[in-house]
Amino acid sequence: MRPDRLRNFLRDPRHRLSRWAVVVLLGLVVADVVPGWVDKEHAHTAWERLPGFWTVFGLIGCILIVLLSKGYGHAGILTREDYYDDE
Amino acid sequence: MSEFWLHPALILGLGGLLLPLVPARLQRAYLLLVPLLTFGRALSLAQGTFGMVDFLGWTLVFGRVDTLSALFGYIMSLMAVIGTLYGAHVREKAQHLASWLYVAGALGVIYAGDFLTLFVFWELMAFSSVFLIWFRRRPQSLAAGFRYLLVHVVGGLALLAGIILHGGANGGGLAFDAFDVASMTPAAWLVLTGFLLNAAVPPLHAWLPDAYGEGTFNGSVFLCAFTTKTAVYALVRGFPGLDLLVPLGVVMSLYGVVYAVLENDARRLLAYHIISQVGYMVAGVGIGTEMALNGACAHAFAHILYKALLFMGAGAVLHMTGQSKFTALGGLYRKMPLTFWLTLVGGLSISAFPLTSGFVSKSMVVAGAFESHLLWAGFLLNLASVGTFLHTGLKVPYFIWFGERHASDETWNRAADPPWNMRVAMMVAAALCFFIGCYTPYLYNMLPFPVTYHPYSAYHLSETLQLLLATGLGFALLIEKLKPEAKIALDLDWVYRKAAPVFARLARGPIQGLDTWVGELYRNSGLAGLVTSARHIGRFDHRVIDGAVDGLAAAVRACGGRLRALQRGQVQESLLLAFALAVAVALGFLLLRGVLR
Repeated sequence: MRPDRLRNFLRDPRHRLSRWAVVVLLGLVVADVVPGWVDKEHAHTAWERLPGFWTVFGLIGCILIVLLSKGYGHAGILTREDYYDDE
Repeated sequence: MSEFWLHPALILGLGGLLLPLVPARLQRAYLLLVPLLTFGRALSLAQGTFGMVDFLGWTLVFGRVDTLSALFGYIMSLMAVIGTLYGAHVREKAQHLASWLYVAGALGVIYAGDFLTLFVFWELMAFSSVFLIWFRRRPQSLAAGFRYLLVHVVGGLALLAGIILHGGANGGGLAFDAFDVASMTPAAWLVLTGFLLNAAVPPLHAWLPDAYGEGTFNGSVFLCAFTTKTAVYALVRGFPGLDLLVPLGVVMSLYGVVYAVLENDARRLLAYHIISQVGYMVAGVGIGTEMALNGACAHAFAHILYKALLFMGAGAVLHMTGQSKFTALGGLYRKMPLTFWLTLVGGLSISAFPLTSGFVSKSMVVAGAFESHLLWAGFLLNLASVGTFLHTGLKVPYFIWFGERHASDETWNRAADPPWNMRVAMMVAAALCFFIGCYTPYLYNMLPFPVTYHPYSAYHLSETLQLLLATGLGFALLIEKLKPEAKIALDLDWVYRKAAPVFARLARGPIQGLDTWVGELYRNSGLAGLVTSARHIGRFDHRVIDGAVDGLAAAVRACGGRLRALQRGQVQESLLLAFALAVAVALGFLLLRGVLR
């Protein structure tokens, strides 16, 4: 999605919840940047210390899950609903 | 034989058997009373080993109560109360009997201290739960039930074979304790196979969505809670720290997510997310640290409640509208708002939203993976969490209660919030989801090991909220892609639903043809030859042997006749004849000798 389309998407009143999600998400990322606000003592890897790591992980993960699963489904796994009816 | 120990399963079992005698006007009260008594009994159990019965030289242990079995016994008997309340308006007593026997089987497994007892209750679960599918009374339900039963019989056989081998290797000892996971014997592998099948670990998982999507609206609420979680209990007890379970669990958690993307039936989607969530528990058992085992147990406890809540929500939609497919629903919020909010609580809990049960249980497994330096497992389990929120938290509520209205007028007119007992059952489950998430000591104090974990750290909150909100954003962006398609996704049940009929056709066609050909060949060459030779032998018998015998007899008779003519009674004549005959023989002998010389 191009940046202008994303902006239009978020301006659409039907997507109020998404707008709030983005606001909170940005807030979390900002809080992540401020040293000492989010205690990174519990982080296990260096990557997790990057600000907003889990936002990026979640977004990319979500897109990958949808695209890869749909690709898998359309590679022949999805079939007509009465496929098994002639058992 | 120890003194009588009242098994919680006995209350449910006997209560179920007495149910047909209960008058209709008392039925609802009775339906609540029996599970409540069972729950009360589970709460009152003192720790120790009870209910030991000597049987053919073995000691059967019906009541091993320790922190682990007490935890699972607690949640399963509590779930019996909620599940029965949910379906309390169902008049057919046999349905309640089937679900109670099923729970009794699960409780029997939980408290069993030896493998024989475990096996008997294990099979009771399979054979009683199948009725929860059959009672839906669709032709598909019958077939799905048989598939479910056959798969579980196979798993049960693997378990039994393992138990027998294990007993043989142990000098007959059948105590159900942890196997030595460092050196797995064939017996241990077989027992593990039986457990993994019930835990729906791929490739032994396809029975689960097949059956749970086809159960009755309230039967699936029971189904989703007991079989897989009993198996998780058995894994925690028998195979803690088995490395193989970590990759298996991680694969499970993602496998369910992939199929949930493709699924169009709400209850089958939820079933795939059972596989995904049980993956966390299986991985937790495999990690095997106190933290991870605690996590597996805590997650099983929380999972039973939120998954039942989700199945109750989808079951309410099915019960009220007759539909469970997204492509036949949509936009129902105006008609069933309460069901939406309660199902959403289940969706948030399974997604591990802060203040819900999943937040305090699932993270223990993930943290256990990171602490054991299984980073790949930790990251992949977090990826599965993304998928969980994407489907159960967003896709299910959105495409049933919001989105485009695909419902037919009939579906739309039927839709309404369900009867009070169903609403109350869902509210109880939803309240418990929040309670567990808000007041952590409730669950943590019941766990088998002391808990040092604090889920509400700033980092964990930030991590979880970032993951979930980013997923929500992804959902909003990809919503066109996520629109359900009126299709089914092929899974490994294809092997016995399509390949088995192909095998049967093969058996009917070429294999039977070959059999016929061999039969013909045998008849033509073997059998025909046999018949021909028998005919010849018969002819030989008839002509030669019979002829010889008959001829001999006829000759003797003819001679006799002639001799009779000669025999007129005078001794001298007879003596003469005898003498003449003797002379003739002597002469003949001499002549013959002379000739041969």
